Amino acid sequence: MSSAGTLARLMRVGLVLAATMAVPFVAALPASAQTVKIGMILTYSGRDAALGEQIDRAVNLFVKMHEKELPPGVKVELIKRDDTGVNPDLAKRLAQELILRDGVQILTGGQWTPNAMAIAGLTKEAKVPFITMTAGGSAVTLQSPYVVRTGWTLWQTSYPLGQWAAKQGWKNAYTVVSDFGPGHDGEAAFTKGFTEGGGAITGAVRIPLKTTDYLPYFQKIKDVNPDVVYVFNPGGPQATAFMKAFDDVGITKSKIKLIGPGDITSDDELPNMGKSALGVVTMLQYSPAGVRPANAEFVAAWKKEYGADQVPTYFAVAGWDGMRAIFDTIKAQKGKIDPEATMAFLRSWSNPVSPRGPVRIDQAGDIVQHLYLRRVEEKDGRLANIEFATIEQTGDPWKIFNKK
Amino acid sequence: MTTIPAPPVAVIAAPSGLARLLQLVPWFVVAGLPLVLPGYEPLAMQVFVMILFALSLDLLVGYAGIVTLGHAGLFGMGAYTAGILSVHGVTDPIVTALAAMVVAALTGLVFGAAMLRTKGLTLLMLTMAAAFLLYEIANKATGLTGGEDGLQGVSFTPVLGLFAFDFRGKTAFFYSLVALFLVFTFVRILINSPFGWSLRGIRENDARMVAIGCPILQRRVVAYVISAALAGLAGALQAQTTQFVALHSLSFELSGNILIMLILGGSGRLYGAFVGVPAFMFAQDLLAKQDPANWFLGQGIILIAMVMLAPGGMLGIAERAMAAIKRRLS
Repeated sequence: MSSAGTLARLMRVGLVLAATMAVPFVAALPASAQTVKIGMILTYSGRDAALGEQIDRAVNLFVKMHEKELPPGVKVELIKRDDTGVNPDLAKRLAQELILRDGVQILTGGQWTPNAMAIAGLTKEAKVPFITMTAGGSAVTLQSPYVVRTGWTLWQTSYPLGQWAAKQGWKNAYTVVSDFGPGHDGEAAFTKGFTEGGGAITGAVRIPLKTTDYLPYFQKIKDVNPDVVYVFNPGGPQATAFMKAFDDVGITKSKIKLIGPGDITSDDELPNMGKSALGVVTMLQYSPAGVRPANAEFVAAWKKEYGADQVPTYFAVAGWDGMRAIFDTIKAQKGKIDPEATMAFLRSWSNPVSPRGPVRIDQAGDIVQHLYLRRVEEKDGRLANIEFATIEQTGDPWKIFNKK
Repeated sequence: MTTIPAPPVAVIAAPSGLARLLQLVPWFVVAGLPLVLPGYEPLAMQVFVMILFALSLDLLVGYAGIVTLGHAGLFGMGAYTAGILSVHGVTDPIVTALAAMVVAALTGLVFGAAMLRTKGLTLLMLTMAAAFLLYEIANKATGLTGGEDGLQGVSFTPVLGLFAFDFRGKTAFFYSLVALFLVFTFVRILINSPFGWSLRGIRENDARMVAIGCPILQRRVVAYVISAALAGLAGALQAQTTQFVALHSLSFELSGNILIMLILGGSGRLYGAFVGVPAFMFAQDLLAKQDPANWFLGQGIILIAMVMLAPGGMLGIAERAMAAIKRRLS
């Protein structure tokens, strides 16, 4: 064989080898600069899958209705992952894989505070913007410069609620919270608001998240007989379980008042709670019964898409606004996502016509929004959270109190 | 009492020099994985940690005949030991890993000495109860463990002062692979030692072992403590490679999953862990991606099919196939 033939064969082998080696590298590159990959980590299975579904539906609906508004040629691709519940180590690994394997440019979801904390820590090194939708622990946005929040914090709902409760002339309060980050925040925020207004805390209990039998805890509250009980749980099916247990113990029929952030009377669970929830006063940024044109449109679109008996909750609105913020970012950068520019844009993002009223994100990365006092009432034969007072707010109170 | 079929008792001939070298080949192949499949390091290192954990369980389930549903208790003790030490300033990976092994071994000694006096269902229940106890303690001691929020602020200094843990997981990949290799070598020597054979004897017929003068309680406790130390090491690796410790590491779910992974591969076969764990975890990864909402269903169907059709696990199938081929040929 001639040496030229050998050389040609060697070159061919070399070419094939080089091509094989290059495949993984090519695969790791983003598919197209005009497709924005968004990784979304939510709870799709397990007890709290209903909460994840609210966010997922809102995101899907938003994309469906607003896809046309994207600049020509720009598309979004949602890559969804299941964190199975409060499971920070899994959430962290999923985020890691979304960044490394799928090459996502934006992370979102962030349903649970512990999970969001774990993901946020990762974004500091990876420099991937993370829009956490419903994690309510104040500390989440402090974990990394690449995090903003479109939901709420427990301090936003519970501190003014404590002030309001003190103004009602109630002297003694008992606090009952789920034993995890947001629960601790809610307990501290309510206690501060209530005691500053002259009230006293006569008892506090933290209930493990996985507990299903609340009666022993609630029986004790009845024995102490406070004027008011501050309750926090993460909403969804747990909210109904709490309310049923309060009913079983007889607290709902006694003169003891139940109050809390809106999680405890979440709108999709109200039909399951029944009359026991009547009269419960909560503070939250959103009720589907809120009278605002943007909200009427949103609720109508929701019912059209998912059925007339379906209602969007505050989880859905957090997902909706989160997606709005992401879309606005993509539009502003014409589909080319730069982490620093994205964060600068998000930290001054605002939406005057959210279903929950005007909202904006401040420099701390936290949402600034109105909060509404609501009472559970019967309206057209159905229970609803009826807004009766509005509190204008300026960001997360915890960060204001702890300003360095 | 135990329904896990015992593997054939056969003496594996000590491999010759060349065969020994050949056995190292798969390890080098795996070490080259990051070149071929970039981005899979986090999953791969998780697989290594779980294989190590399953190996520690195989020592109990496969060789000593001790079926436990609370092995995560020991894994979690290791993970929290490493994590809590790191939060309080002891951040060297190797020092914390050794500390985690000691703490898990001591935990194993305390629980093992009490539980291993019983057998069968009683023992199974006790192992579960012990793990639940540890879980609830960790859940309640939020000041120390972070409770449901997980332990925040876990970070470790570079391995040997040279290789820093990065978010791409390269260091963690090789670090856990080396640890797995060391543990595998140790377990292989152990099960082929007289001690290992006495464990098999106890598994097969403890009354006869007593008759020939074998102190069975002592042997079982020693096996439990060794297994605990290895489980603790797996926990520490998990804490170090993910820089995070959550209650999940003590959970019943993990105890159950690791047992399923081991049985899936085939217990008492040393390599069962190497087959079952990757099969389970890759299937999980794939299914969860296909359908984030209903992937548990797919996983359940696969497991039911395995248990019904392949009682010896995947290695059991391979063994039967080999036996059939041999019959054909002879």
